[in-house]
Amino acid sequence: MKKSSKLTRAFLLKLELRSHPTLLCVIRGALGPLMEMLGFSAEHSREIIRAVDEAVSNIMRHSYQGRLDQPIEVYCNRLQRRANGETEQGVEILLFDCGPAVDTTKLPARPLDEIRPGGLGLHIIRGSMDTVQYKRAGRLNRLRLVKYARSSKGGCGSAAEKPS
Amino acid sequence: MNISSRRVDKATILDVSGNIDMSNSPEVRKALLREIRDKAVTRVALNLTAVEYIDSSGVASLVEGLKASRESGSRFVLFGLSDSAREVLKISRLLKLFEIYDDETQAIAP
Repeated sequence: MKKSSKLTRAFLLKLELRSHPTLLCVIRGALGPLMEMLGFSAEHSREIIRAVDEAVSNIMRHSYQGRLDQPIEVYCNRLQRRANGETEQGVEILLFDCGPAVDTTKLPARPLDEIRPGGLGLHIIRGSMDTVQYKRAGRLNRLRLVKYARSSKGGCGSAAEKPS
Repeated sequence: MNISSRRVDKATILDVSGNIDMSNSPEVRKALLREIRDKAVTRVALNLTAVEYIDSSGVASLVEGLKASRESGSRFVLFGLSDSAREVLKISRLLKLFEIYDDETQAIAP
């Protein structure tokens, strides 16, 4: 995965893994202590881990269509921002995969009043994180997830983010 | 993840341990449908006491179990949910859809 290796920022954590579902527990296991170190509450940690787990599952299922040996990269970094006169700590998580470009118009989270299995992953990701941004970067898919320790959903768009 | 079943009175209790995610949620689905559809058990209780994490594919398996139980006229209940399991059902707006109990005694009470 060449493009993502051009990232010049020093990340707190970088994981390179294959698209095998049995590795999802490895990602969850790595993120837990990191979120604790970054000062997230147990509840916010679970939200972040859940969002990343769902995002990686989506890559495995949809981008790679169940192929087990495809590359996925996960980068985590600390963020800070000033909001309402206070400094808030946050985390930025970047996910890269080499699958075909995602047509974001075909990714609506399904209506939650429908009682049927499936289609919940995207809703969980959006409901757990402050920022969810997809971008096609060359031949890679890049998903950027951001969450702040004291954030409440919907109130984070005005503050400027900067990597610390 | 491990899953095993036992009978208590007229109910079947499925004891699950470990985490439920994309790698193993089909096993949960299979076990639920076997009890509800194939064996036509009148009450199936899923013991999640030893499950810390459930992802959306696990939730989908629970929804399938619920739908199957409604179709067959049986009861499908959950008990022993962790904070994480409760949260994922809540964010999916499914928390109120399931019969959820704190422990086994409540889950299999008549």
